[in-house]
Amino acid sequence: MYKILSKISIVAMVCMSVSCKKETTTVVKANDTIADTSKTQFPDTLAALIPKPIKVYTNDTVSVKAYEYEGLKYYLNQKNDTTYVINFWATWCVPCVEELPNFEKINAKYKENKVKVILVSLDMPKMIDTKLLPFITKRQLKSEVLLMRDPDQNTWLPKVDSTWSGALPATIIYNKDMRKFYERSFTYDELEKEVSNFK
Amino acid sequence: MNKIKFLAMVLVMGALAAFKADVPPAGYKVGDIATDFSLKNVDGKMVSLKDIKGAKGYIVVFTCNHCPYAQAYQDRVVALDKKYKALGYPVVAINPNNPDKVKEDSFANMQERAKSNKFTFPYLLDDGGKIFPQYGATKTPHVYVLQKTAKGNVVKYIGAIDDNYEDAAAVKQKYVENAVDALLKGKDVTVKETKAIGCSIKA
Repeated sequence: MYKILSKISIVAMVCMSVSCKKETTTVVKANDTIADTSKTQFPDTLAALIPKPIKVYTNDTVSVKAYEYEGLKYYLNQKNDTTYVINFWATWCVPCVEELPNFEKINAKYKENKVKVILVSLDMPKMIDTKLLPFITKRQLKSEVLLMRDPDQNTWLPKVDSTWSGALPATIIYNKDMRKFYERSFTYDELEKEVSNFK
Repeated sequence: MNKIKFLAMVLVMGALAAFKADVPPAGYKVGDIATDFSLKNVDGKMVSLKDIKGAKGYIVVFTCNHCPYAQAYQDRVVALDKKYKALGYPVVAINPNNPDKVKEDSFANMQERAKSNKFTFPYLLDDGGKIFPQYGATKTPHVYVLQKTAKGNVVKYIGAIDDNYEDAAAVKQKYVENAVDALLKGKDVTVKETKAIGCSIKA
């Protein structure tokens, strides 16, 4: 009987490890890492809070601010009445490029409802002028695009989310009360449903 | 008595079902015994870890052709094999991507890549994607350093090759080299696990 039992357990374990590729999601309470900006919402003071990029990449039509983690974390921890959808992507990441229109659509549709999409590119430095900027121009991306330029990934990846393996695409949705991390791709409907949970 | 055993079994299954729903497949942790495999190499022969003579362990690298991160690390993987094969820690590269999903990662393209970049190590296709989920690899490149012991191949390090994909000259921490150096000296690996960006595996 014990043998049978352990065999069944093994079968269950094997099935579990092979067939059940569930998406990774984690929920944590938004923490108090940055100053509360919800009280004084004057454009001047807001602009003053935005961290200085380490570099700004531009072509004729677009401009992208590049940050190390210290700068980027401001965008991951804003506390106001907006829900932020932060998508980590790259032009070389096929599933990222596939799901990008879904993020664009959310950004356009919910603009009036205080939802803001920020696309954080992980394109490599040598690809910025040749791939990233032309891509933004060609696709006419309306969501804000930032560039994460911090090669010491082992230091900053776990700060974005402790469960992130490093695979792309990855997304954070947060507002001042709630935060969720997703290491997966989204269809439009799936994304809209997730965002609606933050209302 | 049988009733109790049946009840215990139901409880175990229930616990497993709950576990299955909440926790994503984790793969190996440091200290686990890694499975061996028999996968087709670019030379057409099947390769298993146990067949590699003189090995004290292995540097198993899940990598591929198409991913820019894998490409950025390609020369460094060749250098790892060059340095550590003679010391008993050869590189074994595995392409986990489904060639039906990513044409650039087809077997013929793997052969081409291995030839043009003078791979000195096996470059295997995880045909059917059966091996990478057991390891828990989620992206390319994703490295597992294994130490051969009497009880099996023990996972000693999981993660990135080093701390700067952008510039090999600017690397401060050579994670894989440090791990293998420690094992060769009979010491414990200090940094056992690291995180890095990579291309998600297309199964």
